[in-house]
Amino acid sequence: MSLITDTFKRGSMGGSGDRHGLASGESRDPIGLAIAGLNKLAQSDLIDRVGLRRQTERLVFTATRSGFRTATVAGRQFGKVQRRSAAGQRPVATSGPRGVFDLTPTEDEQMLVDVVTDYATEVVRPAAADADEACAAPDAVLAAGQEIGLPILGLPESLGGISEERSAMAGALVAEALARGDMGLAVAALAPGSVATAIGLWGTASQQETYLPAFTGEDAPVAALALTEPTVLFDVLSPATTATRDGDGFVLEGVKTAVVRGAEAELFVVGAQLDGSPTLFLVESGTEGLTVEGDPSMGVRAASLARLELTGVRVPAEAVLGTTDGATYAECVRLSRLAWCALAVGTGQAVLDYVTGYVNEREAFGEPISHRQAVAFMVADIAIELQSMRLLTYKAASRAAAGKDFAREVALARQLCASKGMKIGLDGVQLLGGHGFVKEHPVERWYRDLRAVGIMEGSVLV
Amino acid sequence: MINLETPKKHRVLVDQAHQVAMNMLRPISRKYDRAEHEYPKELDMLAAMIDGLSESGSSEGAGAAGVRREEGTDEGTVKNGANLASVLSIAEMCWGDTGLLLSMPRQGLGNSAIASVANEEQLERFAGTWAAMAITEPGTGSDSASISTTARLDGDEYVLNGEKIYVTSGDRADSVVVWATLDKSLGRAAIKSFLVRKGNPGMKVERLEHKLGIRASDTAAITFTDCRVPAEDLLGSPEIDVKQGFAGAMATFDNTRPLVAAMAVGCARASLDLTRDLLAQAGIEVDYDRPAQVQSAAAAKFLQMEADWEAAQLLTMQAAWMADNRKPNSLEASMAKAKAGRVGSDITLSCVELAGSIGYSETELLEKWSRDSKILDIFEGTQQIQLLIVARRLLGLTSAELR
Repeated sequence: MSLITDTFKRGSMGGSGDRHGLASGESRDPIGLAIAGLNKLAQSDLIDRVGLRRQTERLVFTATRSGFRTATVAGRQFGKVQRRSAAGQRPVATSGPRGVFDLTPTEDEQMLVDVVTDYATEVVRPAAADADEACAAPDAVLAAGQEIGLPILGLPESLGGISEERSAMAGALVAEALARGDMGLAVAALAPGSVATAIGLWGTASQQETYLPAFTGEDAPVAALALTEPTVLFDVLSPATTATRDGDGFVLEGVKTAVVRGAEAELFVVGAQLDGSPTLFLVESGTEGLTVEGDPSMGVRAASLARLELTGVRVPAEAVLGTTDGATYAECVRLSRLAWCALAVGTGQAVLDYVTGYVNEREAFGEPISHRQAVAFMVADIAIELQSMRLLTYKAASRAAAGKDFAREVALARQLCASKGMKIGLDGVQLLGGHGFVKEHPVERWYRDLRAVGIMEGSVLV
Repeated sequence: MINLETPKKHRVLVDQAHQVAMNMLRPISRKYDRAEHEYPKELDMLAAMIDGLSESGSSEGAGAAGVRREEGTDEGTVKNGANLASVLSIAEMCWGDTGLLLSMPRQGLGNSAIASVANEEQLERFAGTWAAMAITEPGTGSDSASISTTARLDGDEYVLNGEKIYVTSGDRADSVVVWATLDKSLGRAAIKSFLVRKGNPGMKVERLEHKLGIRASDTAAITFTDCRVPAEDLLGSPEIDVKQGFAGAMATFDNTRPLVAAMAVGCARASLDLTRDLLAQAGIEVDYDRPAQVQSAAAAKFLQMEADWEAAQLLTMQAAWMADNRKPNSLEASMAKAKAGRVGSDITLSCVELAGSIGYSETELLEKWSRDSKILDIFEGTQQIQLLIVARRLLGLTSAELR
């Protein structure tokens, strides 16, 4: 039996009422065709006139009862085939019970989150204000971060790391927990591990042997992902930095900004346009032609942001990380956006935690200001949008971890985390009034930090 | 393990609901928008089909009746059950037509109330009934604790007196679940719900409303004058438990709010799907990798709408998932309804704007969806009521402190 499909074709003029508002991609499956026929029958006055409606409905009940059972089985088989073909993109994709909607982290993820939460609460938060002022992360904070394994978080066990599977989900949970302590310090602590993760994901065996032992050792190198450029309406997928073939190597030219701990970094992953496709290059800090300059910004100051100039920087052929067709670069951008979404969720949670206590304690007109709807509704909105941001981020992260395409999901998460994250920062200050504007309270720092989301491309990834 | 995809076991149900929505509801969508108060006879056929589906076991909780929290213990395993199935299938049906979904025989909100608060004996006795829900009164909207319809015990019957408005399917349903107070001086604890059957001489449908949207669904004003109902038709327990208070009656809302959120999600997706198509024909494709500000304003707006839509969808699934796994979900149910309600309005209205006069004209359905969506930010608790609930929970405030 041939499969009947009836694909609608929309007229060239667009709005024709007999299409019932269907987009051109909608197609009827065999069940749909049967239902459409039923609908015509149901609209007919004929069956009323001859008194057949009741009987016809009875018939429909019986027919669908067995008819739809077949459809169920066929659907299930189809589902299995689909899963098989979708898997295997990445050998290290997450396994386990798939297909169940679930918001519970795995036991391993929860343990990791608990450890990182302790670190964020005990070590990161108390150091945040001074680090913001100094534009530098204290050694003790970074050392403690290394101790709990942040640089090797994204590396599989075979490469000296701690995860058995692709760790985008765990990475997002960790970034969120860290940023709940402080976004700037979180970025500073996560940047080296992001480079290690990138090499683990896309590096050749020789690149992995070259660089990864350093990250898994006692004294992990400072490293940074340099994708952002100082351009108005910057589009990370079209970097102005260029890579030109020269002999058996490349020459890099351009300027990168928002390079985390750029002055101390020993290894950069630099994005540059090669033959019309954005490509990643591993560049060691000793290479001639590199200039680093501090570039303190509005927020995320503890990450010691810097500007990196590349003037005639020669790198060998094996400096290319991943593919040169733009695919690795695009995936890197998506994973980086995912990390920034998770950071926004963590900082948003910090705001919610803080204002919840504040509005209940602060009194005006003889009662806590939380008793006023104008105040309470702002807190409610923060919570609703924060959970929205979190769910979108988790959806993108879990798809990334499972090796599924997550371009759409991460784009939506980024959209929401940039706009609603900033709104949360804004309302956080507003709820404290004048007290929110002074550095006695952390909300003004979160306001500045949350503006980074959607602007910073690169720097960290999960 | 964190996973936010539509569960595999519900995908067949979702696909079926989509085909029903496309082939059964869409073709008659405009017809009943124009013919307000006319009974959509096609729905009887559909209801028969859905009963057939339930019978075949291939659907789990395809309608509002599926919201009962099952008892039992299978601790340790994560469940995707009837609540999640309900929100997913309702969203698909509302992608077809929200007014028609609300008119579905035997899938009324009263059925949710029965599922939520009835005892086992009543569940069995009321199986198969089509129950409408009557809470709102002319003088009492969001403050449902202060309703004034009374129920007085007289022998083995209760006698109801009062007036109810905005009763969805109030004229078409077999029965109406009516909220009334046993003793107004005892406050919310004394509010109970009663099942009143159609044809009860004390119950009279006074009029049907003419509305902005969901015109396929009839909205009745009903009066109860010495309306006598058997005592055993009081849903749940007749005890006035001041400690438990309003919780019994309000438990219905924890179950129905995710359903209304799902309606908004479905209605908004209809607008998004068509608008994406219309924009593509106008040469505008949304690029997920490029920043919004380097794309056209229309594409940027679309990205924002799609992100908000996805958030509403996931919050709704979260609330249903919690119910399936017997976690308290009052907070999450209200969050989902607040987000879905406002997002539903923004999306459907913005899609009309993007499509210009094509969107505004009755030749397309975009204008209809933007009228239908408005009620979803109102009934089962307005946006403002949801924010109150969310805020009170977060801030640990009572209804006396945060009024």
